[in-house]
Amino acid sequence: MKFLILAILCFPLFGLSVNFLFGRKWAEPWAGVLATAATTSSFVLSCFLLFHILNLPLTDRTIVATYFNWISTGPLHVDFALQIDPISLCMILVVTGVGSLIHLYSIGYMAKDPGFRRYFIYLNLFIFMMLILVMAANLPLLFVGWEGVGLCSYLLIGFWYEDILKAQAGKKAFIVNRIGDACFLIGMFLVLKTFGTLDFLKLDSQILSSTTVSLTTATIISLLLFGGAAGKSAQIPLYIWLPDAMAGPTPVSALIHAATMVTAGVYMIIRLNVLYLLSPIAMGVVATIGFGTALFAALIAISQNDIKKVLAYSTISQLGYMFGAVGVGAFAAALFHLITHAFFKALLFLGSGSVIHALHGEQDIQKMGGLRKALPITSKTFLIGVLAISGIPIFAGFFSKDMILWFTASSVLGNWGLLFVGLTTAGLTALYMFRLYVLTFLGTPRTAGTHPHEAPPSMSIPLIVLAFLSIVGGFIGLPEWTHFPDIITNFIEPIAKLPELTLGHEAELIVTVVSIVIAFLGLGIGYYLFVSRPAEKERLTGALQPLPTWSQNKFYIDEFYGRFFVGPIMQFAQFCWQFIDVQIIDRAVNLSGSIWRKTSNTMSSIQTGNVQGYALWMAIGTLFLIYFVFKG
Amino acid sequence: MDYSGVMLVTSAAIFTIGVAGVLIRRNALIFFMSIELMLNAANLAFASFSYFLNSLDGQVFVFFVMMVAAAEAAVGLGIIIAIFKNRKTVDLYDLRLLQG
Repeated sequence: MKFLILAILCFPLFGLSVNFLFGRKWAEPWAGVLATAATTSSFVLSCFLLFHILNLPLTDRTIVATYFNWISTGPLHVDFALQIDPISLCMILVVTGVGSLIHLYSIGYMAKDPGFRRYFIYLNLFIFMMLILVMAANLPLLFVGWEGVGLCSYLLIGFWYEDILKAQAGKKAFIVNRIGDACFLIGMFLVLKTFGTLDFLKLDSQILSSTTVSLTTATIISLLLFGGAAGKSAQIPLYIWLPDAMAGPTPVSALIHAATMVTAGVYMIIRLNVLYLLSPIAMGVVATIGFGTALFAALIAISQNDIKKVLAYSTISQLGYMFGAVGVGAFAAALFHLITHAFFKALLFLGSGSVIHALHGEQDIQKMGGLRKALPITSKTFLIGVLAISGIPIFAGFFSKDMILWFTASSVLGNWGLLFVGLTTAGLTALYMFRLYVLTFLGTPRTAGTHPHEAPPSMSIPLIVLAFLSIVGGFIGLPEWTHFPDIITNFIEPIAKLPELTLGHEAELIVTVVSIVIAFLGLGIGYYLFVSRPAEKERLTGALQPLPTWSQNKFYIDEFYGRFFVGPIMQFAQFCWQFIDVQIIDRAVNLSGSIWRKTSNTMSSIQTGNVQGYALWMAIGTLFLIYFVFKG
Repeated sequence: MDYSGVMLVTSAAIFTIGVAGVLIRRNALIFFMSIELMLNAANLAFASFSYFLNSLDGQVFVFFVMMVAAAEAAVGLGIIIAIFKNRKTVDLYDLRLLQG
């Protein structure tokens, strides 16, 4: 078992090593084929692991495999240990499964790119780091993966680094993440100081056995760790890097900035659910920021014109849902939404990649339209993704979003305000996603001069598989009133308990009906505004001013940060450089140098090179000596 | 008769001549000879004191000084010849290569 777990981790490492060492002279597709094969192998092994875990009794499904002692100093003992339990297994399956599909897609998408091999090396490195993150059995190892995926994200956002804007987008992502990671590190130190251990299992048992931790400490630790999660998972106030991260290749956006890496924050909190449940305040903050982000990002998404930016804001919004679910104690619902979101958001991103590919790099949806005929597979699968994210029944997003809304309404940690925000966001989601679909695929073509063509099979197969998953993915978490077993909740429950409920299950149907009505309302308004009465849209935009302008300009948050954080820091840096460094430090150094130079110039004139001169000095010196010796 | 004053004055005179030669003459050979003069002035003083004090220590020292002087002469002359071969001059004023 130990070997199988390590093998899952090592396949991507093996793939990238071979690619790195021997791939230089291979013909183009082989680097991609190798990388895809490596990830797929990991996926197949994870499936074996899943069957193994399913055969174990419900309460005994945690396997910790310790390989070697990593850090051992004073009271700190950290092993290189991997932990397999239902939640990490869900993540492993999503990472390797969706990862394999996106690797396959990338072979077509990245064809003829000069950085083809480099791209797949980065992608395999990402899978490796992500697997470390989700399999880690202690916080430091999780942090290794955490930083590793951050590095890969940076490398892949700035993949086309010749373009200065793209390189800057990578830099922005990296720097914003640093802020969160600093919080995470401090939180980790506090965990060690408070509990004396960093292992997840020991941490949980310690919290459950003793209640000596004060509420303040637990709140501070939870909030600091949540700061890290907000950075990695793009929540208010650190979400600003994710829309810019769309500068990377589209499959990267699908894999890293939608399906897997950005969900790491959610995963981390689910992993530490016992710690978070100590502090209702921290849970409240997580829930509020989560739902707040969901609504805020949806408001921005509705007026963006770049196809990838819309999807980026929608990702932020959906991540907000997940944090909202975590915040009300519905960890299983968060993980469920994480999984279904990975399916339909990867699908939507890959679909948008297919559109961009067909239009030779065009990303502005105002210059698209009418692509339904030219791109039949892409448009059908994209529509499935749109319906899934909008929460239309039987599609995956419906069940997961519904579960979140239900727990928001019923959990002791939830309340009606959060539910209202969640429902509003659901309506907005349906509206902006339908707008995206209409502007891209329906209407008359606004693509003069180009002849869009459907993508090669390596790109369309992942689309079809993901579309299938976006339809059936929701059946693993059926609600109570269907009388079918709720597979995902039962699977997760031993690790993360369900919250206490204040409402009976008969109320669940009401929430469901309301959310269905709202989803259809969103689609209906979308149809009314963008298809049947476009003139109404202009009138509405005028009536709602200045909200649409703000939304279009992303509520000026980037400008706000630029003015109040980046600007002062830059000015301070300028001051440090131009005044403290150049005027004070450099001058002091130059002064001490010039003093010695002048002194030695003077002194060196004594050294004439004339031996007789030296002899004269010696004679004079000797005379002095004699004088002083005999003087008395 | 007490010759001690005469001997020591002679020794001091020879030594002073040697010092003057070292300080003034530019020819390396003369310079070198002047050093030998100083050594021999010291030898004379050693020998005189040995005689006056009825002790052989001074004479033993003289032998050592002569031996060291011989070795030094061999090395020094070798250097002077090597310099002459290279630079066709033994004028000390032209050999100020180690000027600061």
